Amino acid sequence: MTELRGRALVLDEPLSLWGGMDPVTGRLIDTHHPQRGAQLAGRVVVMSAGRGSSSSASVLAEAVRVRTAPLAIVLGEPDLILSIGSAVAEELYGRTVPIVVLAPIELAAIADGAEILIGPDGTVRRA
Amino acid sequence: MRLVVRAAEVTGAERLTQIGGAHVDSCLYHGEATLDFVNRLADGGARVSVPTTLNVGALDLLHPELWRGEAHIAERGRLLMERYRALGARPTFTCAPYQLADSRPALGEHVAWGESNAIAFCNSVLGARTNRYGDFIDVAAAIVGRVPEAGLHLTDARRATLVLRIGADVPLALRNSDQLFPLLGIVLGRRAGSAVAVIDGLEPRQSEDRLKALGAAAASSGSVAMFHVVGSTPEAGTLDAALHGRRPIEIHQIGLAELRGVRDELTTASGDRLGAVSIGTPHASLPELERAAALLVGRRVHGSIQFIISTGRDVLAEAAERGIVTRLEESGVELLVDTCSYIAPVLRKVDGAVMTNSGKWAYYAPGNVGVDVVIGSVEECVASAVTGRVVRDEALWQ
Repeated sequence: MTELRGRALVLDEPLSLWGGMDPVTGRLIDTHHPQRGAQLAGRVVVMSAGRGSSSSASVLAEAVRVRTAPLAIVLGEPDLILSIGSAVAEELYGRTVPIVVLAPIELAAIADGAEILIGPDGTVRRA
Repeated sequence: MRLVVRAAEVTGAERLTQIGGAHVDSCLYHGEATLDFVNRLADGGARVSVPTTLNVGALDLLHPELWRGEAHIAERGRLLMERYRALGARPTFTCAPYQLADSRPALGEHVAWGESNAIAFCNSVLGARTNRYGDFIDVAAAIVGRVPEAGLHLTDARRATLVLRIGADVPLALRNSDQLFPLLGIVLGRRAGSAVAVIDGLEPRQSEDRLKALGAAAASSGSVAMFHVVGSTPEAGTLDAALHGRRPIEIHQIGLAELRGVRDELTTASGDRLGAVSIGTPHASLPELERAAALLVGRRVHGSIQFIISTGRDVLAEAAERGIVTRLEESGVELLVDTCSYIAPVLRKVDGAVMTNSGKWAYYAPGNVGVDVVIGSVEECVASAVTGRVVRDEALWQ
């Protein structure tokens, strides 16, 4: 993986991709989420944790297939469901969504809309 | 195997542990990626190596006439369900495998379950041990017969760190009502996130159906994979047992205002216009079907209302033997199996809100199927279905 560059979308609350993201459009569709309607495709999505449905792995893999997936997902704690979705997408399509885990204090330092660089080793820094 | 090893890396496990069974959620169609994956498994000659049940799929295979969506999607969804059956899994197609007498793992048994409500039930109510195995890893574990020895497979991770105490201002009637549990579940999910919490202050020996409603809602609003209810769940004989004798990190009181706030938030519709009623999320148990039939004795669903009850095909067969299915159908209820009314396009184009008793349905349906929702008790749901408009009973809340 080469270095990735993208704009951060910092989510105010954790999002379940199943029921929360439409893989056809890449949009956030959870009606209870404060950022409903936001475009996730191509963004560095930052949230404290994954949430909810165990189907989120499938939604992530499908989003990779149709190229509506986030560029990367940055979390405050490991999430098996998202990591497996990303691994399966890589197996099937040779493309992936890096899932990066940061300490909460580093996560909190990422500003919404900031240009972010993600290194091949998973390091995250401002562009 | 590569996926199971990847899972071990993510969870920090040092070894794998044997499982006694699996519940696979991957059979629900979410686009061609889900078929591409199972085809890859089938091409490699994979078979499940442990007893494996299947979660809901995209459509009701027993009542295909209920499908109101695109025929192409139904065909792909059906194909995916068939592909998983061909791997050797049991075609149970239910989100409540714990309602099947021969699919209930024992206390302390390691399993790999998918489906968020089933995961919460498995850990919390059965006392069997699973992590949140999402799509792909659930079937990978069923094939390999092993999972990483990490997380909730280990005793220490099952300790409650958060205490949620029912406040003194919650009226006794609400405390003893089914209605409390989905609302309490939403609060539990929000307060706990992915942590293990213990609920204190309820009467002991709460029914499995109530605990099901609680866990399903908690796994919707949060990542709850396990909870304890003092006196009702097997690892919480006492508050101290749930805490493993240690101090909680946090204690939170749940008052009437917080529960009322959840009810108001989940009720996205205003006014009393009603189009449909949907109960059975997670799938209705036999006692829940009996209860609905009893409430409908001598009554009929209003002509303008579609009343759907979702259940599993095995529970449906048992209910049919006991005459419950006939009674429900004669009252005007549609029974849906193998899927759910917020996954499959089965709702008629409704003029008005959809009423449900499920916190999970209320949580996801507005986003999934674009309807306005009213949450209420099963009694309110039936009364509303019969009169054709939203009927509320505020007695519980006073």
